[in-house]
Amino acid sequence: MTESDRQHSLNTNELIDETAAAAGAVAALPPDNPQIAGGETRSQWRDIWRQFRSHRGAMVALFLFAATILFVLIGPYLWTIDPTYVDIRARNSGFSAAHPLGTDQLGRDMLARLMAGGRVSIAVGLTAMIIAITIGSLIGVLSGYFRRLDAPLMRMTELFLALPLLPLLLLMVTLFREPLSKNFGPALGIFILIVTAIGATSWMQAARIVRGDVLGLKEREFILAATSIGTPPRRMITRHILPNVLSPIMVAATLGIATAIITESALSFLGLGFPPDFPTWGRLLYDAVDQMVMYPSRVILPGLFISLTVLCVNYIGDGLRDAMDPRIRGR
Amino acid sequence: MLTFTLRRLLLAIPTLLFISLVIFLLLEASPGDPLGDVPLTVPPEVKERMREALGLGQAWYIRYVLWLKQFFWVEPLYWFDHFFGTSFSQGMQRVISFQSRSPVFDVIAQRVPQTLTVVGMSYVVGVMIAIPIGIISAYKQYSWFDQLGTFVSMIGFSMPTFFTGVVLIIIFGVKLQWFPSVYDTTLVVRDWDSFWAQVRQMVMPVTVLALYNAAQISRFMRASMLSNLNQDYVRTARAKGLSERTVVLKHVLRNSLIPVITVIALGLPAVFGGAIITEQVFKVNGLGQLLITAIHANDIPMVLTLTFIFAILIVVFTLIADILYGVLDPRIRYD
Repeated sequence: MTESDRQHSLNTNELIDETAAAAGAVAALPPDNPQIAGGETRSQWRDIWRQFRSHRGAMVALFLFAATILFVLIGPYLWTIDPTYVDIRARNSGFSAAHPLGTDQLGRDMLARLMAGGRVSIAVGLTAMIIAITIGSLIGVLSGYFRRLDAPLMRMTELFLALPLLPLLLLMVTLFREPLSKNFGPALGIFILIVTAIGATSWMQAARIVRGDVLGLKEREFILAATSIGTPPRRMITRHILPNVLSPIMVAATLGIATAIITESALSFLGLGFPPDFPTWGRLLYDAVDQMVMYPSRVILPGLFISLTVLCVNYIGDGLRDAMDPRIRGR
Repeated sequence: MLTFTLRRLLLAIPTLLFISLVIFLLLEASPGDPLGDVPLTVPPEVKERMREALGLGQAWYIRYVLWLKQFFWVEPLYWFDHFFGTSFSQGMQRVISFQSRSPVFDVIAQRVPQTLTVVGMSYVVGVMIAIPIGIISAYKQYSWFDQLGTFVSMIGFSMPTFFTGVVLIIIFGVKLQWFPSVYDTTLVVRDWDSFWAQVRQMVMPVTVLALYNAAQISRFMRASMLSNLNQDYVRTARAKGLSERTVVLKHVLRNSLIPVITVIALGLPAVFGGAIITEQVFKVNGLGQLLITAIHANDIPMVLTLTFIFAILIVVFTLIADILYGVLDPRIRYD
């Protein structure tokens, strides 16, 4: 039994204890028609949102993250300089009205490049996260729900956990960049490659968390009730299991975005990411390292954007975890 | 306990074999050609013979089994001979790098000290920072120290090491000129002067990695301390009149360290992987840098062996963590 499983079984026991205690106090149950009892209707998500709002760090982070997304999405419409436009006479210029964040060694506008780079970086983060979470929850639910699949799927997860990830990622990206660029064009090919490589190597944590939760859920009464009226496994999973493991999945998803963004920029930093004329934050940082003595701002700006985005995402994940944990909620 | 260890060791063998096969097939499927750098003027039949000489002519499964034999049989024999002066490995082919035509393990042995001094030192420093921070912020939960610690560790693992490294270089290497920004691996420590130079060049890479590790470990330490602090045995210890110092530093700390030690053991192999980036930033020619140059040069034996060594490290340290948990906490039973 690993640590997370052990922690999980403790959690489940506590949950069961709490449920049992609540069931004992029948007198404290709400009246049959709750619509009359309370003024405002309460749903699970509204509760979570209320709890989330009380986490100050997470709210600030959510605001900043939204601002960053607006910056990279809306920004290019307001600041219409082409990020790949080379203006060799204006190269290496400092902060000015024409170029608020300066230009790089070829005279390309840094503000426009940061916006374009952010689009790619965040897109990579989101897509890789979706892939990882889909694989992770699928494997987690399957191995938690079907006892026969449990052992082989968990062996496979352990196998993936034993893989040296960064070396393998480096290997995959170097080896397959050319055939994919040929088939899908340089930008899209590398995007597909990086996103699948990151997604395929980061689903294991999610799978283990989901499996643990599903195992705990299977012991609960409502699952027994659903089984007794003959619910088929497919409906059981989509109706009863998945909605109840949504909160750990969401937390894992948020934290997954952060790892994916960092991994992509690390690959770019090692020179194995997107092609040179295709800016991402990591690539911008990598390109600027050669001249960091003369123009430190060019290194610091993309680095700040990466760190800030990842910090925000981590804080949001932290807030979500607090808000969704029923033991802390309503404190 | 013994049966558990034996079972896990037996299970580790197919895992490692499978991982090596995955890496091998990945390299096999790659379109890269180790002879890509050979000039075009070399006639094709000579090229074909060069391929034969590199051992590329045979089918993949023959080469895979050959590599397995070299890795698990010839190399241990060679090192056995090396230390005991015997000659079992006489005439046997070792794993040879395509780039340098020298045995892969000799190259790795040259690079290991650099990685170990920088990475090992940073891990030790990281742990030594993290544990006191974790203790204090758990003991004074929600105090300004705890809030600050949480914020700093959040920043610590949100900032990628290549960014912190570059920022440190700009501030301390370029602007203040306190530390050299490039790690000089040819430096030999002979006297106090060279020792001082070695310390100065290690400061920045060690700081970068130590900050990153400390951020994660201090979070674990804090959580573990918190879950122990309101246990019954703590109240008992206080009730029988032990000093607060003894209660926290003897009773609580020892129990809280159990999960943290396994986390530290689990994190160790990941540090070797993460050090690839830091080594690149500070130009340390350790294992990570070796791997990157080997990947670029399509040096299949080198990449295969290095990646496999990383995999072995992960499997071994996971096993160590599991066993440590059982040894340190007698409540855990594995059978």
